[in-house]
Amino acid sequence: MATQGAEGHAAGTEVPAGHAHEDVFPPFDSTYFAPQLIWLALIFGALYVLMSKIALPRVAGILTNRKQTISDDLAAANKAQQDAAAAAAAHEATLAQAKAKAQALGQQAHAEATAAADASRGTLEAELGAKLAEAEKKIGETKAAAMANVEGIATEVAHAILQHVTGKPADAAAVAAAVAATKA
Amino acid sequence: MSEAGASAVDPIHQFHVKVLQPLDFFGVDGSFTNSALFMLIAAAAVIIVMLIGTASRKIVPSRLQASAELAYEFVADMVRSTCGEAGMKFFPLVFTIFMFVLACNLIGLWPYTYEVMAQIIITAGMAFSIILLTIVYGIYKHGFHWFGLFKPSGVSPVLLPFIIIIEILSFISRPVSLSVRLFANMLAGHIMLVVFGGFCVMLLGAGYAYLAPLPLLGITVLTAFELLVSVLQAYVFAVLTCVYINDALHPGH
Repeated sequence: MATQGAEGHAAGTEVPAGHAHEDVFPPFDSTYFAPQLIWLALIFGALYVLMSKIALPRVAGILTNRKQTISDDLAAANKAQQDAAAAAAAHEATLAQAKAKAQALGQQAHAEATAAADASRGTLEAELGAKLAEAEKKIGETKAAAMANVEGIATEVAHAILQHVTGKPADAAAVAAAVAATKA
Repeated sequence: MSEAGASAVDPIHQFHVKVLQPLDFFGVDGSFTNSALFMLIAAAAVIIVMLIGTASRKIVPSRLQASAELAYEFVADMVRSTCGEAGMKFFPLVFTIFMFVLACNLIGLWPYTYEVMAQIIITAGMAFSIILLTIVYGIYKHGFHWFGLFKPSGVSPVLLPFIIIIEILSFISRPVSLSVRLFANMLAGHIMLVVFGGFCVMLLGAGYAYLAPLPLLGITVLTAFELLVSVLQAYVFAVLTCVYINDALHPGH
């Protein structure tokens, strides 16, 4: 960059010049305008290139990357939350369904049991009714038979009483008619 | 008083340019001076923050990387709010200017260092380059319309020539004011610091040691103030650069 060969020459000219300008207000000392401008251009130029080509794109990349990461993470968190909410809803739905099913099953079992009980009661009642009717019929038959026997006995007793009272055999037909009439 | 004592009290002495390494660029004096050395140090400081600090590209930044990001976003917001999205192509330039001036000013505040921005040729070199850039870019971008910058709309034809002259003068004064503002602020601040330091030394030398803490307190306050001025002037320089670039991007009032 710099020519080292000119060193001695520059030293020879610049150092006395600096002393000659000692009484000048230093910032306005034009002796050092050229070297300062040259170094300003070199250093500022190099800094500009480093900043614009490397540093600033890198920082921009970092900031974009961070923004991206944050939004990605937020989106993932949102999704996880939604998933959790959906799972909770599904759980609730399953629970409600199971509850409803259990209730339905219970009701059905109840209905079935009621129906079975009703049916067995019906048959039992019918059976009992039939037995009762049979028994009543038997009672009636027995009563009729007994009543028939009673008529015979009454006729005989009446006949015997009449014979005993009157002393002569009574008219059997008349006695029977009289007993039948009394019975009626 | 010895020469060293005189230089300690002389507030101008600190601005002397010293040749550290005489060099010659094709017949032009390009000596490496203390001014160049501190420009190099400032540039190195910026490189440390911006390149080494961001080297690991962390999602959760280290302190240095956080500083680099802070600087980036600060200047990016400045450029975007002043010049709009179109100005972002000048963002690297504004960023480099801001960081370079800031680093020079902050490093120059340390004792035994050198304030580069107290050299009018440095601030003028930057200011005139910026104005030249805005002129060249403005004419390249807008052609003859760029000169509409000097003709405000809605001015009566009688006044127009005067207004145009005033506008041209104000445009010409831009690089001057831009460079002198920074230069004068840094120069005055550093003179003040040395003057107050000189008070301290002189009071001690004259036997008024009990009064010496007063200017010391003054230096403390002034140093804090100079810290503010250093940052503020770097900011002002960068913002005005943005404003002038904005004029090149969008000429016409």
